[in-house]
Amino acid sequence: MPTPEEEPQVKISIGSRYDHIDLIQVVVDDALSRLGLDEDSRHWVGIAIREAVANAIKHGNQQDPSKRVDVELALREGHAIIRVHDDGQGFDPSTVGDPLAPENLLKPNGRGIFYMKNFMDEIDYQCRPGGGTVVTMRKRLPELDSADADEAPSGA
Amino acid sequence: MKILVRNQQGITVLSLKGKITIGVGDVALRTAVNEALEAGARNILLELSGVTTVDSSGIGEMVNAYTTVTNRGGQLKLVSLPAKVSDILQITQLITVFEVYDDEPEALASF
Repeated sequence: MPTPEEEPQVKISIGSRYDHIDLIQVVVDDALSRLGLDEDSRHWVGIAIREAVANAIKHGNQQDPSKRVDVELALREGHAIIRVHDDGQGFDPSTVGDPLAPENLLKPNGRGIFYMKNFMDEIDYQCRPGGGTVVTMRKRLPELDSADADEAPSGA
Repeated sequence: MKILVRNQQGITVLSLKGKITIGVGDVALRTAVNEALEAGARNILLELSGVTTVDSSGIGEMVNAYTTVTNRGGQLKLVSLPAKVSDILQITQLITVFEVYDDEPEALASF
């Protein structure tokens, strides 16, 4: 059972359509604002979330609008934890080349995971054959570094 | 995203406003560049002062536009980058690929 702190602050489930990404970004941005994350950090976190959801729609669910993408925002140990879960066939991120390599620099694709790694403190992929992909991203909430961390907002 | 197209000193200037992101903004940029090329444009300047967000698909479409224009013997350059767009170009190291200018007269004179 998750602790109260780990209970999701936000849970959103969308069909696999790109025009739903804005909705997720707006909702998560509002929640992160209430948690004290500054505007600049929210911009970059928002882009990382966009990338995760776009990958889930495009590569996970193959743009099948009947397949769901689930997004959760939770708190744990002073971090915002964002999970994006698709309904696809699983995905191995190690197959993606380094977008900074000279041979890849002018490729139009292959920067999504790179964006996520740059804009979040940590990302982790869990791929289950036939069971979809879960990407978990962590971002430290600076306001929770202090001794009064337990006074953080408990709802979004 | 909205795109305003104009001609300045023989250069096609595309002024982009909003998000260059997957599914909408990236498609709009591709369409605008292709339409400009079909209309006879050779050199294109992307004016980016109104751009708020560029995701990986958006930056990929900018790279695609660059290679498409270059392969046709033209040039594609960037002007008036907001700080966050400049940050993206630095992070992706595409700042080494694109010619970037601070103001439009300087950019137009460079073609």
